[in-house]
Amino acid sequence: MEAKRLLLGDEAVALAAIDSGLSGVYAYPGTPSTEITEFIQKDPAARERGVHSRWCTNEKTAMEAALGMSYAGKRALVCMKHVGMNVCADPFINSAVTGVNGGLIVLAADDPSMHSSQNEQDSRFYGNFAMIPMFEPSSQQEAYDMVGYAFNLSEELHVPVLMRVVTRLAHSRAEVKRGAPREENRLDPSDDRGWILLPAIARKQYLKLIDKQPLMLGKSGSSPFNTLTLTGEKGTGIIACGIAYNYVKEADPQVSGILKLSHYPLPAEQIRALAAASDKILVIEDGQPFVEHEVRAILGAAYPVEGRLTGALPRTGELTPDSVGTAVGKPTFRHFPDALNMAPRPPQLCPGCGHRDVYAALNEVVADYPGARVFGDIGCYTLGALPPFRTLSSCVDMGASITMAKGAADAGVHPAIAVIGDSTFTHSGMTGLLDAVNENADITVLISDNLTTAMTGGQDSAGTSKYEGICTGLGVDPAHVKVVVPLPANMSEIKETIRQEIAYHGVSVIIARRECIQSLKRHSAKKI
Amino acid sequence: MKKDIILCGVGGQGILSIATVIGEAATAAGLHLKQAEVHGMSQRGGDVESDLRLSTEPVHSDLIAHGTADIILSMEPMEALRYLRYLAPDGAVITASEPLVNIPDYPDHEALLSEIQALPNVTMCDIASLARESGNARGANMVLLGMAASSIGLVSPDGLREAIARVFSPKGEKVVEANLAAFDQGMAAAKKKV
Repeated sequence: MEAKRLLLGDEAVALAAIDSGLSGVYAYPGTPSTEITEFIQKDPAARERGVHSRWCTNEKTAMEAALGMSYAGKRALVCMKHVGMNVCADPFINSAVTGVNGGLIVLAADDPSMHSSQNEQDSRFYGNFAMIPMFEPSSQQEAYDMVGYAFNLSEELHVPVLMRVVTRLAHSRAEVKRGAPREENRLDPSDDRGWILLPAIARKQYLKLIDKQPLMLGKSGSSPFNTLTLTGEKGTGIIACGIAYNYVKEADPQVSGILKLSHYPLPAEQIRALAAASDKILVIEDGQPFVEHEVRAILGAAYPVEGRLTGALPRTGELTPDSVGTAVGKPTFRHFPDALNMAPRPPQLCPGCGHRDVYAALNEVVADYPGARVFGDIGCYTLGALPPFRTLSSCVDMGASITMAKGAADAGVHPAIAVIGDSTFTHSGMTGLLDAVNENADITVLISDNLTTAMTGGQDSAGTSKYEGICTGLGVDPAHVKVVVPLPANMSEIKETIRQEIAYHGVSVIIARRECIQSLKRHSAKKI
Repeated sequence: MKKDIILCGVGGQGILSIATVIGEAATAAGLHLKQAEVHGMSQRGGDVESDLRLSTEPVHSDLIAHGTADIILSMEPMEALRYLRYLAPDGAVITASEPLVNIPDYPDHEALLSEIQALPNVTMCDIASLARESGNARGANMVLLGMAASSIGLVSPDGLREAIARVFSPKGEKVVEANLAAFDQGMAAAKKKV
């Protein structure tokens, strides 16, 4: 057995999945989940075994393909950032009703504090909604250990399981010790009619899922990942979820007891035992006050429960050793005042990036149209909302630039312009473009195609070399699918093209295509 | 025994390579460690920071608490000041002196350097010039690591040199030698200051 390895939380999950007989990972890149799939793509053992690891077009296609692999009897992993759960919510919720054949883990990487996200939604609500077991590791080693356990549980209960990590686990390194590797499952497609969710069958399947709930509760009540430690003293009892446990251990407070919570559904008996030994309960959890709500329901309104809802901890943002220290009566102290000679340094588009030329041209053209609105999307180019460009009026979710431009055009906005990246376009922009074509909406779509999924570090983009074909295939008039090369030297041509397509009262697509400056550097380095 | 280090700079300056080398040295020395880093949006020319915690005992929190960092190790002088709330009373600030100006409201350079010099425990050098003097203009991050080598304590300068050799060996002997030269230049510069 090899020595301990220094791994990101994401890498610990990936290695554990490979060691647990994984046959396929299905994912769309998204911070902080991307490194899981990247690790599996590079791992020599996974490559030799032919573990599926190519990127998917979006989280919904990923979830469905993984469910298909599970149907065939093999173990599959789906990975995404938290907002990806919204995209795959339909197959995710229904996979709990069909149940699984081969083990299926859905991994959601939450981003409290929104380091690289548009919200801080808590994926545990989805697990509760789907009524399936959930795991929330407190450390990289526990993340490794949980994956094999979760696959076994998934196969034992015939349900998918949700694994929730947060940025500070996903993107933090620590030493991890490997366990014994396991073979992949053999091909054994299901013959169960329960996979056909016609109403008559779905009602039976739903009852089956309800019937499994006490089993799930029994499993979390006796889980090796949930531990209740009582000190024998009276005082506050702490429920520490996932990595919150580390901050509590760091502060080392005087308490009546600590329930380390990493396996859901909530172990109600352990919570009642902690409450009985304590004067009040303090719930410490990263993300939204999910457990705090649930604990109130278990203990009743009369029992004092504190947490993010009562102000014991900040209502928003990730936990820190400082916020937890304060909440448990072990405050931390600053010794130096904040510096005087300091300014914020927001992220910005790289020097030489093609998106810069797109925005430079767009700003000059749009200045001639007082009613113009430019709808943005998700990617590096969202930075076009910040100085020096300030081009964008919106950024909501993957693909929303095109559909919001259409809705605004329906309302009378002109020109209504969408700026969307190549990977975001294939993720969720294509369907909206079809809506626009079917109504001949008066919009101008600018696909800023840098031939990669750049924001997350340069993963393959699903539609590379197919964009003109996709747009004309969806019905955009070929005369209004234009390609430009975003370079300062081409500025007058780009501006003229944008002006022409704004003047055309129908759907136009301008593809501004030049390779991402970062991936270009990587490709040149490889050639040398 | 523990050593909590805030590593900081601007996206693209190579702070994660410093973290990798210290992590490699610490693992070889049998220490426990956690290292939290930021990926994604913050990489694009914005401020970047990594919490690196080394200890002879198991490390719980991935993040460093206010007022407890032993070292702020910064590739850029203004970035060193961004994290003062984390610095312990006797903590060291080891930083580059040359500014990276990619924002319109960057503070006055002289005032900035005076504010840093007024802190109790400062080692500040022009790491880009030192890197050029070492013959490895791209090795500024290893110069900075060299400047910190004697302060890390839990891992020795020799341990760090060996870690540099292991981390960069896939890129060839020349890259290893160039990075060691930059590291040695940084160590020598820090000694002169003391």
